[in-house]
Amino acid sequence: MEALEEIKARIEAGVPGAKIDFVINGAPSQQHSLHVDNEHARDTAKWLRDDPVLRLDFCSNVTGIDWVDRTVKKTLKVKKFVDGEEKEINETTEEKIPGYLEAVYHLYSIIHKHGPVIIRMRTSDRLENVCLPSLTPIWRSAEFQEREIFDLYGVKFDGHPDLRRILMWDEFEDFPMRKDFREPDDYEYEPTPHDDVLEKAKRHYASRPQSDGAGDIAEGLKRT
Amino acid sequence: MSEGIDEVLRSKLQQQGVWVSSMQELYNWGRKNSIWPLQFGLACCAIEMIATAASRYDIARFGGEVFRPSPRQADLMIVAGTVTKKMAPQIVRLYNQMADPKYVIAMGACAISGGPFKQGYNVLKGIDRYIPVDVYIPGCPPRPEALLHAFMELQRKIDQQKLSGANKAAHLDSQQPSEFPVPAFGKHDLEPPANPDIFHPPKPERV
Repeated sequence: MEALEEIKARIEAGVPGAKIDFVINGAPSQQHSLHVDNEHARDTAKWLRDDPVLRLDFCSNVTGIDWVDRTVKKTLKVKKFVDGEEKEINETTEEKIPGYLEAVYHLYSIIHKHGPVIIRMRTSDRLENVCLPSLTPIWRSAEFQEREIFDLYGVKFDGHPDLRRILMWDEFEDFPMRKDFREPDDYEYEPTPHDDVLEKAKRHYASRPQSDGAGDIAEGLKRT
Repeated sequence: MSEGIDEVLRSKLQQQGVWVSSMQELYNWGRKNSIWPLQFGLACCAIEMIATAASRYDIARFGGEVFRPSPRQADLMIVAGTVTKKMAPQIVRLYNQMADPKYVIAMGACAISGGPFKQGYNVLKGIDRYIPVDVYIPGCPPRPEALLHAFMELQRKIDQQKLSGANKAAHLDSQQPSEFPVPAFGKHDLEPPANPDIFHPPKPERV
């Protein structure tokens, strides 16, 4: 399969207006991916599927990622004149990256037996603008997995034929795979709590007020 | 065995070809040897349950081979596998639809406590939060022998049930409930998260 740089250049030539960014994977797998802009995502996907060289006709996996707000510290060596002398000084800059939700698609070609090409789409934030274009019209296999992302991360896919919760019940309101998800306090006695469970135990016995009434029942059970 | 009959006398009568029994003994003997389980499985424990029903382990030796596809015809609910919160109301509803007398075996770590998924958000931490369980089988999954053992324990339990008196069997006592409230799907969790009438977790020994 051709290199990712080549694919990027050919997408930009083939899909007018598409903005493609590299997302570098620093892990030993070196599995880099392409960040596709939301406006041209469906055109890009269609191009990737129909291009005679690539023919990525199989979307094997779709998953979501929740990126919370983070600050990245960068230390640069800067040459500066201090008291008339040129010195190298470490300058630390902090960059705040606002959080966003991401959908990752792993694409393969059954015909040409190559892949994967990984493409990503990002929402502009985590709370209100959580819409992404659905790629189900391009790859039907994405349907259930996009529903799963909607269910667990709360990404709304525009153009999805049947966007409902798939694993949790319809009345459920939270998005359990988000980093700030707070699960209901249904901790149960354990003889030797440790690590995360110990934290849970401490939180449970501190008996916090809870909106869903689970705390009241836990209180009632403690009294019996 | 049964009360009111002298065992020595009974043995002597048997030698003469006279069989003395009691209504309770006959009743329990009949029931314990034809326990029909409800045919459903939830996860990998169900595979072991199927193996138990198949020829190698053969639950038919104990009178439990007739897996019924309808709760109306079943005596025993084998909760074989992970009970997710989404599935829990259906399990309770099936239990409620079963006719008395009815028994529950919680099979495997998940069914008795949530097992490896206990700290997760979507798995019920034991079916005993909503329905009374007669026999618990630990294991992940338990072997067919363990299920057979649980089945025999249940038979022993049925054999000791009283037809009358203060501690008679639950299904003969009109004061005992035979149906339990079905939990509702809430915004964050099942509502209620446990039935406090039947769920009594151990008290914490330390904090």
